[in-house]
Amino acid sequence: MRTVYAVSGGVSKFAKARPDKTFPALAKEAYDYAIADLGLTHRQFIEIVDGSVASYFSDHFARQLMAGIMIQDYLGLCPKPGHRVEGGGATGGICFQEAWKNVASGYMDVCLAYGFETMSHVATWKGNEFIALASDISFDYPVGGFYSGYYAMMVTRHMKEFGTTPEQMAHVSVKNHMNAYHNSYAQKREKLTIADVRNSPMVAWPLTRLDICVMSDGAAVTILCSEEGLAKLEKASGRRIPRVLVSGIGRGTDAMRMADRPHQSYDDFVKYNMLPSEDTAETCAYYKNLWKHGFRYPGVHSFRAGRMASKQAYKNAGISDPLGEISFVELHDAYTSSEIQTYEDMGLCRYGEGGPFAASGKAFMPTVNYGLDLPDKSVCPVNPSGGLIACGHPVGATGLMQAVFAIWQLQGTIGKHFGDATLQVPNAKRGAIHSHAGTGTYVTVSILEKEN
Amino acid sequence: MAKQVMEETFGGYVLHTVPFPTELDEAALAGLKKMAPILIEQPYSMTYLHSYGQDSPFFAGLSNGHLLVSRDPETGYTYGTARGHDMYTGNETDWVEILPEGTVHAFTVCHFGSEEFLPETPYVLVQVEFPGANTLFLARLIGVDPAKASTDWIGMKVKGRFRRLSKFKPTDLYFYPAE
Repeated sequence: MRTVYAVSGGVSKFAKARPDKTFPALAKEAYDYAIADLGLTHRQFIEIVDGSVASYFSDHFARQLMAGIMIQDYLGLCPKPGHRVEGGGATGGICFQEAWKNVASGYMDVCLAYGFETMSHVATWKGNEFIALASDISFDYPVGGFYSGYYAMMVTRHMKEFGTTPEQMAHVSVKNHMNAYHNSYAQKREKLTIADVRNSPMVAWPLTRLDICVMSDGAAVTILCSEEGLAKLEKASGRRIPRVLVSGIGRGTDAMRMADRPHQSYDDFVKYNMLPSEDTAETCAYYKNLWKHGFRYPGVHSFRAGRMASKQAYKNAGISDPLGEISFVELHDAYTSSEIQTYEDMGLCRYGEGGPFAASGKAFMPTVNYGLDLPDKSVCPVNPSGGLIACGHPVGATGLMQAVFAIWQLQGTIGKHFGDATLQVPNAKRGAIHSHAGTGTYVTVSILEKEN
Repeated sequence: MAKQVMEETFGGYVLHTVPFPTELDEAALAGLKKMAPILIEQPYSMTYLHSYGQDSPFFAGLSNGHLLVSRDPETGYTYGTARGHDMYTGNETDWVEILPEGTVHAFTVCHFGSEEFLPETPYVLVQVEFPGANTLFLARLIGVDPAKASTDWIGMKVKGRFRRLSKFKPTDLYFYPAE
């Protein structure tokens, strides 16, 4: 595999509705920003770029088949190679990784990854119906298909097994909305309290409106390249481009129907799913005790796909202590509860400890005042941008948006792009981005690093 | 406090003309770039002929008052939700009848839902654990107070009832508290 750099990105303004532009023009907004940030004109970039990968989730939302080629065409990339990827909520993360593969394999020196979703074209509850069609339409959807309901079922189990509380979940909402307050790209920039989150209208018990991300219109792009590609881009722009290396990728999958997830034994967990960082006598004893009390893996409370994606990405990037060696994480917080579940999958804490971890302060920004009494100092900020909950979730763009924010963090350019440096993670050296589909069906984790 | 807003809905007057410059001189043409977008409603509906394929006996079973689950003939691994082939052995599964009795493994009360189910809110979703099955079954639970959701519901013994008039959906079997 060749070395792959993530050199630039752009994000359109995410909003509830963007009727001012068609989706190709939204993608153009993000694309123009990304090439301008490299110091290139369109004509210069088109001379260099070898091809693309397109990302969008739902043909239902777009009501336009072959939407990918319409962006390829509108951006002026024809007749270069390209293809569309789709994997539910993880579509953007998968797109980023497919662009990585295009470069790592030697097929391309410079690859453009672009993605979008326009979810405002149907009413909110019809939109929820479209999203619920990403559950088994024979067995899951007809029972009352509603993604917030599926995630709420997972968290009731998490609460029962581990004592996780809605207040701990609300900490995630306060954190992510407050972070977004300093992010000009975010859709919801709000200063909230734990009480605001809990008093917000109940959607699916115990998840309230402020525990759940909103639907959005938006687009995002990232540009990936090899060393040869980097040389070409630098030659054309006449400036040195900061090196952000994609040092590892990982991907996992799990059964479509939540009901079909296995309830594995401790031995199988150790054999297949345990992270090297968990392989200590103390943690093994902790897990044995969980199993003694009825814990089974992954069940409905944990995402085995997220764990396997993390395990693979950490191995490829040489990470042995995720909490200590990752400067920040942009993860798929479609729900506050799924952020907590994902802390555990990614090994930021152990399975069962996500609730206390959420309220500890370890995942908060050191530079933001949340108005909360947090016992611990910031260790590894999670969703410094505000995540999906506050930035919005135009599905096909989301995973790429995470990549763009991670690139900017590692370049140290958050202040320039957000117009406010509050969210710049101090000494950001290595970031993880995590993109997640369905009830945990496809999950991608990619590791980006600042190269000295 | 969260923002107080009214739900946006579709449906309005039919519009036949929109404002447009009466004369298209250079200034008017340049000014078109500042024009607000036109939004039109495009109705879209269809009927699919969906086949349950190899899972059909499950639905036929429900309509005749029998709950069928899938079992691997070699290992005995039993899926609480019908499945034609086992994910571990690759074997074709066998149909096995079980009693529609189990416990609540996980649940939620949906106060909102997809458009199709909005009129049914609040409704309770449960993952049911059957004794002797290795995996779960998604169903509706009735007979509990949606306003009194509690994690104490997990572990509750539940029994199933078959709809007399089948809809040929998994909801032809629903659950209620056994005690």
